[in-house]
Amino acid sequence: MTEETYRPQPAAEAAPPARRGRRGRRALSAGRLAEWRLGWLLCAPAALVMLIVTAYPILYSIWLSLQRYDLRFPDDREFVGLANYATVLTNGFWWNAFAVTVLITVVSVAVELVLGMGLALIMHRTLVGRGLVRTATLVPYGIVTVVAAFSWRYAWTPGTGYLAELTTGGATDPLTERASALAIIILAEIWKTTPFMALLLMTGLALVPEDLLKAAAVDGAGPWQRFVRVMLPVMKPAILVALLFRTLDAFRIFDHIFILTGGANETSSVSMLTYTNLIQGLNLGIGSTLSVLIFIAVAIIAFLFVKLFGTAAPGSAQEAG
Amino acid sequence: MKIRRQRDRSTPRPRRRATVLTTLAAILALVLPTSACGTGDTGIPEITLYYAPEENLPRVVEQCNAQAEGRYRISYRVLPRGADDQRMQLVRRLAAGDRDLDVIGLDVTWTQEFASAEWIREWTGAYRQQAEQGTLEVPLASATYEGRLYAAPKNTNVQLLWYRTDLVDTPPQTWQELIDTSLRLKREGRPYRVITMGAQYEGLVVLYNSIVASAGGQILNPDGTKAVFNQKAVEALAILQRFASAGVTSPSFTNAMEDDARLEFQTGNAAFQLNYPFIYPALQEADPQLAQRVRWARYPGVEPGVPSRTTIGGYNLAVSAFSEHPQEAFEAALCIRSPEHQLFSAVNDGVPPTIESVYQDPQMAEAYPMRELILAELRDAATRPRTPAYQNISTVISTELSPPAAIRPERTADTLRSAVDDALESRGVLP
Repeated sequence: MTEETYRPQPAAEAAPPARRGRRGRRALSAGRLAEWRLGWLLCAPAALVMLIVTAYPILYSIWLSLQRYDLRFPDDREFVGLANYATVLTNGFWWNAFAVTVLITVVSVAVELVLGMGLALIMHRTLVGRGLVRTATLVPYGIVTVVAAFSWRYAWTPGTGYLAELTTGGATDPLTERASALAIIILAEIWKTTPFMALLLMTGLALVPEDLLKAAAVDGAGPWQRFVRVMLPVMKPAILVALLFRTLDAFRIFDHIFILTGGANETSSVSMLTYTNLIQGLNLGIGSTLSVLIFIAVAIIAFLFVKLFGTAAPGSAQEAG
Repeated sequence: MKIRRQRDRSTPRPRRRATVLTTLAAILALVLPTSACGTGDTGIPEITLYYAPEENLPRVVEQCNAQAEGRYRISYRVLPRGADDQRMQLVRRLAAGDRDLDVIGLDVTWTQEFASAEWIREWTGAYRQQAEQGTLEVPLASATYEGRLYAAPKNTNVQLLWYRTDLVDTPPQTWQELIDTSLRLKREGRPYRVITMGAQYEGLVVLYNSIVASAGGQILNPDGTKAVFNQKAVEALAILQRFASAGVTSPSFTNAMEDDARLEFQTGNAAFQLNYPFIYPALQEADPQLAQRVRWARYPGVEPGVPSRTTIGGYNLAVSAFSEHPQEAFEAALCIRSPEHQLFSAVNDGVPPTIESVYQDPQMAEAYPMRELILAELRDAATRPRTPAYQNISTVISTELSPPAAIRPERTADTLRSAVDDALESRGVLP
């Protein structure tokens, strides 16, 4: 049973004629043509802005990534082709940062999905004090990341924080060791963004028709079966969107690491590495190469989600797939 | 059609146009004064001074403005507290050719970088002569690049060895003695720790650089174009490793910066501290009794009988290449770092002067009981590698040296050589 059977899809009715009109080059009626023009005119400013603020910087950084360009050596600027890519892709720091980023992304998103689902169910099912529960859940997401990260840092620093005292008795600083520092970064990330995950999942839960659950219960499905067989399939689009958003976000993790460790002890993420090279090191060539590589990685992640898992924006025509 | 008719009928149209006009006027009113920046209403050129937070610098600025007699008026724009943040703001604005900057305060390690990027002006003629007059040699060297002067040293700084007179009779002169003394105190069950900065940051590079310089080693070749890390520099790695792993440091050594070290020493659980002179007035205030039992000695060296060479810190004043009033900016910078004002800043803000004669002033004797030692260390001090790529080299070195206990001298030196060479040629990826 897919959701097609019970969800009305107004978008599907409007889409086909328009498509046929364009592909089949069938003459549009005057009214349609005017509408089509108006549509483009209304979109144009947005499209133009997108071109200026997105396409131009992307193309410019690709251009920069093909040059030896260090702000401190303006005379040595030259075109070097793909040499910067070779430098980065054979560099240990890059692969280390890449591994750290993937680890943080996979672990934090997986844990967030489970916790977020729990929170979403609680928020969805709560009868008493629903507003209070939802507000309380969203508090971490409402706190500025840098502020939250500072709180975590102080909490984990011996002398100023209770967490360090509780775990190690203040003998060592957990933020100075790689494994514990990474664990703390992941913990902070989970604490901070689980509410976001829960929020996205809750919109998915709202899509599950109450009748369907009742019908399943009448048919003898237990709570677990109802969750796995009824709720999850219906929620699938929402889950995938939530996962996509969070994966892309987590892959670009910066602020938690910046505050908690500053990238020390091999805890740099790819974004941290880019910042160090581009902003601190003033090496526009290498720095741009790193940012182009992040862009490619993010594009691959998005592609995988959309093509393999069939993620689509909620409410769009392809959602049914 | 329908829409147009509706609009025609609506009344607020003229009023809306009036609102638009007022808004435009308001925006113009906001923008115009800034676009005419540089000269205020009075016609006196405004010289901006971008400098790190220094509590009593506004008073120096006031005095300079009075002395300028209308030739210029300095306005002090305070940079962020962190050195990296300061550099970031300056770099970002200078890279964009910001004309609002006139005089800028540079950490001693940035001068070559800014000079090579053509962001600051060379000091020539009378200005150069005045900046060099009576200035200590090593701080002056920190302001030169390729034989030219690019800044005027405003203040300098060196670390001293602070020790507890109730625990130690004669202060150790070498690292080996320091470690041995500390271990002896440890065996005797008395406070023994040696507190200093070992976090993965600039302070760790300063520590290593001082050991290298004292051992007579080299990090770069004299031109600053190639990594050397000669045998003495490898020895320095071994000393640093031994110090970090001998059990004489504090548990938070690998995470400690200047202020952490100061605070830890103030608890009274340590016998030694290697840190800048600012800790002394702070200690006198925090724990006067402990302060009475604390003395100072020369930073430890490597060979017995060979005086140590300590790394200098401090700030230089440079004139932005995009300044619209360079002559006035040079004059303003010279006024701010004049002997009179260096003395004032030294006494009131705890920043040691770069002009030798200032140390003889009676006011200095009171504020700096250890001034002779500071001067002695400054006379044969060392600079950090002077190259435009210093920032990258520093990042590479602090990463490779962290944590210091894990250094394997020969191997670490090999890694450093290739990483520093990459950094010098803008080839490498910074960690």
